[in-house]
Amino acid sequence: MNQTFSRRRDRLLTYRAMREGNITSSRRTKCAACGEESPRLEWERKLQVCPKCGFHAPVGAYYRLSNILDPGSFQELEGNLSPADPLAFPGYSAKLAGLEEETGLKDAAVTALGRVDGHKAVFSVLDSRFLMGSMGTAVGEKIARAAEYAEKKKLPLVIFSASGGARMQEGIFSLMQMAKTAAAIQRFQSRGGLYLSCLTHPTTGGVTASFASLGDIMLAEPGALIGFAGPRVIEQTIKEKLPEGFQRAEYLLDHGFLDRIVPRSEWRSVLAQLLALHEKGGQP
Amino acid sequence: MSRYTPEEKVKLARRPDRPGTADFIGALFTDFFEQRGDRLCGEDGSILGGIARFHGRPVTVIGHRKGKNLEENLTCTFGMPSPEGYRKAQRLMRQAEKFGRPIITFVDTPGAYPGKEAEERGQGEAIAQCLALMSALEVPVISVVTGEGGSGGALALAVANRVLMLEHAVYSVLSPEGFASILWKDASRADEACGVMKLTAQDLRRGGIVQGVLREPEDGAHTNWAAVFRTVDAALTKELAALDKLKGPALARQRYEMFRAMGQGLPPAREEEP
Repeated sequence: MNQTFSRRRDRLLTYRAMREGNITSSRRTKCAACGEESPRLEWERKLQVCPKCGFHAPVGAYYRLSNILDPGSFQELEGNLSPADPLAFPGYSAKLAGLEEETGLKDAAVTALGRVDGHKAVFSVLDSRFLMGSMGTAVGEKIARAAEYAEKKKLPLVIFSASGGARMQEGIFSLMQMAKTAAAIQRFQSRGGLYLSCLTHPTTGGVTASFASLGDIMLAEPGALIGFAGPRVIEQTIKEKLPEGFQRAEYLLDHGFLDRIVPRSEWRSVLAQLLALHEKGGQP
Repeated sequence: MSRYTPEEKVKLARRPDRPGTADFIGALFTDFFEQRGDRLCGEDGSILGGIARFHGRPVTVIGHRKGKNLEENLTCTFGMPSPEGYRKAQRLMRQAEKFGRPIITFVDTPGAYPGKEAEERGQGEAIAQCLALMSALEVPVISVVTGEGGSGGALALAVANRVLMLEHAVYSVLSPEGFASILWKDASRADEACGVMKLTAQDLRRGGIVQGVLREPEDGAHTNWAAVFRTVDAALTKELAALDKLKGPALARQRYEMFRAMGQGLPPAREEEP
């Protein structure tokens, strides 16, 4: 546990040093979208956005939080909540253990209390390195608890989604997390809570069809794939090619499902503005 | 109860000659007045809904409709709703709450329609809003899974105070074909998927996902519709009487707490400060 924590801290400090130009490196990183190589330091200065084409590469939950929260304000909540294996699905427990070892995450969601430019809020961030950020019972429980905690403390809730949808290995119990999270968000909102839903690449399936689509304000990162059915399934169903840009954030904005597209470098200022606008009396 | 294997049950649940939503409405309700359209842009035949009387009492009834012949199948997209269908359902449920009518839903769908237009009009958002709305309704809601309960498209009509299932109906996170294709990259292993998915009414009852299993005739619901109608009628009557004892906020609370508790084996929320 402590080892995981110090490894994570070291990694985040390294990234910060890269951004601040305190490290030199000749390594180059290839973009998964355009295939071009750019210096690793340049990627990091752009917060893991391709310097050539602007592709927003998926990033881990702790990394994202470290870029958004005020330094020193991060306090993890429910950090020990571990996943269950309700179907006793063959190989699942071993897979979970391997992923925990590899990523330092118990499951695909991290919840924390933190501040953005001084404004306090509850944050939940899905991490696509952990089984595609899919929602099983632990992720559903974490989102529900985040909403309940935010309500109890009268704080806004900010969720960054990145998910392939329901977690197949937990079967029907995963499906029920859609009802559970939607209910928790609904209750939080009906009691006056502010929920900012931030969609990142990719957000699909049961996560799109539950808490991710229920934000008071809907935001997304450029180019993020956002949808219910995946593009491959749709193409198989309708037997035709989908248009360029289909289900991308820009497409959703055009179709009325988003308030705004937020480049990665602007999350802090946009969230700070929105949190400030919702503070009592409109004043900090 | 288990003379059929899970894969046999999937086949039974999908039989086109099983009674569907329109059949249940015709047999169990009187005075049915169909309501159409989402009041935004369209009408979706794959969700059938309206006002009717159940033993004389006005209720709102909503369900998936697969259609009984090819022509109907096509207008109903084989029971796979588009956002218009889910938004129509939301409209009908809000109205039911306004007029204090209980809501009864019949669930029978392979899943929400995975099409281009459905995505453009916000399939995910439409389902999410159904879930959120149903979770807080202050009228009794009873759902009966009559055939296939496929994925979020089924759950969108099944956030109920009581979820009942016919004995050979199935209810799952995804179709067995989709499940096998995602996990094993091989849709032909669907039969194997049926075995591990725990999608039968009996498994779901044990897992606390459904609250009642309704017995079917020996060889399945398609062999004796009248018997199925009697069973469903009796179950709805009983559950409705039980829910009538709860006031509006208590109904919403019971439903919330029931779904809130669905996640087995997790430790309780910690009370202490971070």
